[in-house]
Amino acid sequence: MRTTTRRAAATLAAIALLAAACGGGGLDAEIPTADDAQDTDDTDTSDDGDDGDDGDEADGGTIAGDLVGAGATFVNPVFVDWILDGYQATVNPDANINYQSIGSGGGIEQFLLEQVDFGASERYLRDDTLEEARETRGCDAIQFPIVFGSVTIAFHDEFYDGLILDGTTIGDIFERRITNYNAPAIQALNPDRELRDEDIIPVHRSDGSGTTSVFTTYLDLDDEVEGWTLGNGTEVQWPSGTIGGQGNEGVAAAVQQNPGGLGYLNQAYVLEQGFPQAQVINADGNPVFATLEATTVGAEVAEIPDNFQFDILNIGGDGFPITGTAWVFVWECGYDDTTAALLKDFWSWAVTEGGPQAEALGYAPLGPSLQERVLDAIDRINSAE
Amino acid sequence: MSQTSSEAPGALRVTGKARFGDAFFRIIAYSAGLSVLVVLGLMIGTTTRDALPVFEYQGLWSFFTSDEWRAGFSRTEFTGEYGAFSFIYGTLVTSLLAVVIAVPFAIAISLYINRIAPKRLAKPLAYTVELLAAVPSVVFGLWGLLYFGPTYVRPVMELLNSTLAPIPLVGILFEGPIFTTSYFTAGVVLAIMILPIITAITREVTAQVAEDQVQAAYGMGATDWEVMRKVILRGAFPGIVGGTMLGLGRALGETIAVAMLVGGSQRWGLSLFFGGDSMAGHIANTFQDAAPETVLALIAIGVGLFVITVIVNVAARALVWRIGRVAGDAAL
Repeated sequence: MRTTTRRAAATLAAIALLAAACGGGGLDAEIPTADDAQDTDDTDTSDDGDDGDDGDEADGGTIAGDLVGAGATFVNPVFVDWILDGYQATVNPDANINYQSIGSGGGIEQFLLEQVDFGASERYLRDDTLEEARETRGCDAIQFPIVFGSVTIAFHDEFYDGLILDGTTIGDIFERRITNYNAPAIQALNPDRELRDEDIIPVHRSDGSGTTSVFTTYLDLDDEVEGWTLGNGTEVQWPSGTIGGQGNEGVAAAVQQNPGGLGYLNQAYVLEQGFPQAQVINADGNPVFATLEATTVGAEVAEIPDNFQFDILNIGGDGFPITGTAWVFVWECGYDDTTAALLKDFWSWAVTEGGPQAEALGYAPLGPSLQERVLDAIDRINSAE
Repeated sequence: MSQTSSEAPGALRVTGKARFGDAFFRIIAYSAGLSVLVVLGLMIGTTTRDALPVFEYQGLWSFFTSDEWRAGFSRTEFTGEYGAFSFIYGTLVTSLLAVVIAVPFAIAISLYINRIAPKRLAKPLAYTVELLAAVPSVVFGLWGLLYFGPTYVRPVMELLNSTLAPIPLVGILFEGPIFTTSYFTAGVVLAIMILPIITAITREVTAQVAEDQVQAAYGMGATDWEVMRKVILRGAFPGIVGGTMLGLGRALGETIAVAMLVGGSQRWGLSLFFGGDSMAGHIANTFQDAAPETVLALIAIGVGLFVITVIVNVAARALVWRIGRVAGDAAL
């Protein structure tokens, strides 16, 4: 008796689970899988392999060793791809690089506490943090940009695909000064469109995020944007009537499920998902879709200072205006020789050879002139003793 | 009992070295018991120590009553604003909602399993309900976010919104706009999550109501429904309250599912369809990217959650104890 009831219970449960699984099937197609991204890269990777040995230090053979890094989730897909499918697969199979995407805040923290070999963040280190770092380690922390990515506005409804917005309007929507799609400000930007009377539900990230940092930095500091009061950072105090989603996936789900939903998403994610998205007016007054080309253009026209402390602002031409950067942090001293050599080799490889892989995932790699400057920065690793 | 009494008294006693077993066992038992206190003490001590500067900076009263939460990004000093009311409100509302939904279901399921269902269905059904407890909460969250919320909860919210919103006073709770991730969605999914624990306890206590009382009631011509309502539920009431409080405790602390479903807006609103936030959910959502000062503020939310949980538990004890005294401790 006992066993038969058990079996009956198990069957019941299995049926219940099965029903749930089948019912949820409708969304399967929209969930991105890691495989998709990797499949497209495989070809790029094998191309890279041929000339991968040109890297600065790798001429004499491979370097066996471990590297541990931590930080931004924003760049995790491209870092993982670089490490597993690129560097370790084709250039240096003896390396063991481990990147933990614990978030920018955690990345900076662990880097400063010297618990990892390198850190990564969507926010550059400010002067006071660099000062603190110098006191901790007795030498400078080096930071350099590694890839660029855009943040784009996605809509619930296909109807709004290509809707033209400018920074001020986007700011007003997220601060709830504009709450309807037929607001005069939006209509004025889209004179040829018949806009509907529909409430806007703005969706933001509920977790602290580099995407939020890039988005709010643009709204806060770009010269074209007026009236933004929430400041900038990985987390800001959103007004009542907005809604949060956890991660890009959470924002995407909230945008898809709330009629009138409008959210900001990492461009790489939107490219994969094919969301209806806005055209954003840049500093030259051109409405631009967040394509990979538009991001690359934005990154190339940005003026980047020698200390690599910069936000990408006031982008004109064909560039997409809401663009951010991911930085990598390393030290100028204190690594053992193997670690230092491996760090230099890996990052030099990523800068010079990692471009196609980054592009396949929706990130814009560094342009040629910037590559040179970043390689110089990478050369400073362990140079101070 | 009867087996041991047939042996000579003292036959189980051992002599010599083996008697040290007693002392040894006592030490192990003592330290096991003490370690719980030590761990709990450590946890309270360190978290409160970390949270203290936040309470000092923000003001204790303001921390619990202000709804202005603005994370700061400093590594060395406090620059943000840390009023946790929005999260406290969300935690309480979602938990209460979950209990309000789950308890009637749990009672009905228990009565069905214990008294109505045919034997061959009762056991599998009981197991299935308990199986719900084995589903990881992140699965509940994902399922609620992608499937259950938009497909089932949202139509219910729309229905409630169109029918109940015009009613004065109560209507405030059902006002639009409707967010798919809201207090209501989180509350409904939480209700499913706490159903097993409340059902398990309710089933136990309703089964323990003395059968002779039940038979006596039937003998006096009571119907099934009258017996359940007036005899079984009355006798089991303190136990049901106890089970409810356990469920409430679990709902208060539930993190990931609520974080995914409550709205994550860092705001609060009176409407149940508002996309709000919760204490544990906010910690989970923002901890990863928080600057050191905000980490401390998040720990302070944790301390606040602990305080609220303790208050709820003490209130539950008091309630159970009081009801037990009034109703007789049939089910305690």
